[in-house]
Amino acid sequence: MLLTLEPRLQQSRRHLLLSPLLAALLTLLCGALLFAALGHDPLATFHTLLIEPVQDFYGVSELLIKAIPILLCALGLAVAYQARIWNIGAEGQLLIGALAGSALAINLLDWDSVLALPAVILTGVLAGALWAALAAWLRTHFNANEILTTIMLNYIALNLLLYFVHGPLKDPEGFSFPQSAMFADASRLPTLFDDVRLHAGFYLVLLAAVAVWVLLSRSFLGFQVRVLGLDSRAAGLMGFREKRLVWLALLISGGLAGLAGVSEVTGPIGQLVPQVSPGYGYAAITVAFLGRLNPLGIIVAGLLMALLYLGGENAQMTLNLPQSLTELFQGMMLFFLLACDLLILYRVRLGSWFRPATRKHTEHAPA
Amino acid sequence: MSIPSLKRLVLGVAAAIGLTATLGAHAADPLKVGFVYIGPIGDHGWTYQHEQGRQALIKQFGDKVQTSFVENVAEGADAERVIRNMAKGGYDLVFTTSFGYMNPTAKVAKQFPKATFEHATGYKQDKNLGTYLSTSYEGRYVGGFLAAKMTKSKKIGYIASFPIPEVIRDINAIQLALDKYNPGTEIKVVWVNSWFDPGKEADAANALIDQGVDVVFQHTDSPAPIQTAERRGVYAIGYASDMAHFGPKAVLTSIVNNWGPHYIRSTQAVIDGNWKSQDYWGGLAEGTIELPISPLVPAEVKTEAEQIIAGIKDGSFHPFAGPILDQKGDVRIAAGSVASNAELAGMNYYVKGISAQLPQ
Repeated sequence: MLLTLEPRLQQSRRHLLLSPLLAALLTLLCGALLFAALGHDPLATFHTLLIEPVQDFYGVSELLIKAIPILLCALGLAVAYQARIWNIGAEGQLLIGALAGSALAINLLDWDSVLALPAVILTGVLAGALWAALAAWLRTHFNANEILTTIMLNYIALNLLLYFVHGPLKDPEGFSFPQSAMFADASRLPTLFDDVRLHAGFYLVLLAAVAVWVLLSRSFLGFQVRVLGLDSRAAGLMGFREKRLVWLALLISGGLAGLAGVSEVTGPIGQLVPQVSPGYGYAAITVAFLGRLNPLGIIVAGLLMALLYLGGENAQMTLNLPQSLTELFQGMMLFFLLACDLLILYRVRLGSWFRPATRKHTEHAPA
Repeated sequence: MSIPSLKRLVLGVAAAIGLTATLGAHAADPLKVGFVYIGPIGDHGWTYQHEQGRQALIKQFGDKVQTSFVENVAEGADAERVIRNMAKGGYDLVFTTSFGYMNPTAKVAKQFPKATFEHATGYKQDKNLGTYLSTSYEGRYVGGFLAAKMTKSKKIGYIASFPIPEVIRDINAIQLALDKYNPGTEIKVVWVNSWFDPGKEADAANALIDQGVDVVFQHTDSPAPIQTAERRGVYAIGYASDMAHFGPKAVLTSIVNNWGPHYIRSTQAVIDGNWKSQDYWGGLAEGTIELPISPLVPAEVKTEAEQIIAGIKDGSFHPFAGPILDQKGDVRIAAGSVASNAELAGMNYYVKGISAQLPQ
């Protein structure tokens, strides 16, 4: 072997900071080669992909709109994943949140009250939490693996949404096309500025980020969650009630995913449609890990993810770059980010061809 | 050279430069036409055909137009951004090619009154927002005729996407043709709740064929049902694009959406400054629907099909000519009249002869 990997005794703090930079550099380098090979000026392409979408206030506002549902889901997932509860069901919890919120909103079309919006939002949050509670119940009562149950509940949620949007919640004046009536203004999230779509969901993200940070880093409950994640036996010996923590982690992540869903339908969409989410709940899994399950990291990762979506659209529009090419670029970036994380836990050494003695030494060294 | 003549020369040159500049600006200022697609351009179905229409536009106008597209645009919150970015980017004419883009398109059209928008398959119009669709039921009727002539089991299958009027109308058109040309033939419908899902579409085709169906229709966009029909040795009718090459021994005809003529007409109207908002329905007569009939179809059947097509084209025949009864036997289209566009656009009932119930 030319290169060997050697586990580090401790996470490298230096690489904790350096690895994302290295990843960015490698992505840009490989991206440049890719674009150049296909006859596009690499610098101009990067400009179109990464700068142009956010070079004015409108662009930034659109970036935030795209990031809001991803961030809400990812912040909730961070709580669950810290406890090593693998909730893969944010997508389904989001859809149920959107569905329940919409069901209330279209019954409040004539209720012009300041209470309409809070009621709709709360319904969405509770419905998302309830959907995740199914997985929590299955896990705590039957020890059913939550990875499987949450994935399966995603499909059930999607088909429930399709049933309602094609049936009971369909706009009676909509020629039986599958969408609800537009919500009344009283149940819409207000926009923050004139002329742009950025809505109050932005504040909900900030609130959620602070709440998750306080919970995980500053509360005894968060400490229990993290201990459970690191060593469930130790958590048991310390008298932490595992079942309660499983419920808590799933209810919080489900509630935030439900909030993401209801903020989409009451925010930019304004009605219930079959395509509430183009996979935000799945994108959030990537974002949660890219952000190292840390609220600040998640915000950075979520904005990056949103930028890649917007840049991909922009490149199609202005450079006629095929979508598959920009998706390839996005994939490359995620690959390098995760690959470079290896350096945090492992040391790369030149291997046996050059220094056989060293290798022997490390093999016999105590772990 | 006297001073006045020098001055005149300078002015002349300046004017000439100015003129070339404006001419140049005019010539270098093509009409910008944008397309928003629901699927990938390689789906071999709905989006692929819109992309063919865009290519036809480029072929027709050359440098006079500058086009671009964004593919795989989700119908939720993303659509409005893409449509607005096109309007902001100076696009003069934007085609949004899926039903779910209706409300976002209507909203952006209000904010950009100088740009022109056309939305496929919707029902909301505005001063600068028109709608267009293809009357695929004409093709389905002819397909229903071919199925009636070719079936042995007297069972026809339909892979349906969503129970919206467009799909219900097409199912009804087939049943009307079956009643006329092979009474007692039954249409079986499977709903896949998707426009493009090769896995589900193939499963649906297999399920239908297992029930004895020997001609498979699809109202979905992937070639999977055709490939399944080819493998299982039954006939199929393609949709959206010409799918014959996916099942040379299966495909009797395909209901091909040919959007090029409409895109060219609309673009020309915008260039000429006489574009008007309308609800455009294009079918066989307008060239928006084409039906390439396969050599699998016997010559005399083909001749009869061509007679039906000619009748639809010249208006002497309409698939929805009354009397048309619904499943309960109530008269929906009276004898002696044909369905109006409004009646067709809101069709939410099965015609008599279909035994299945509409979902919900």
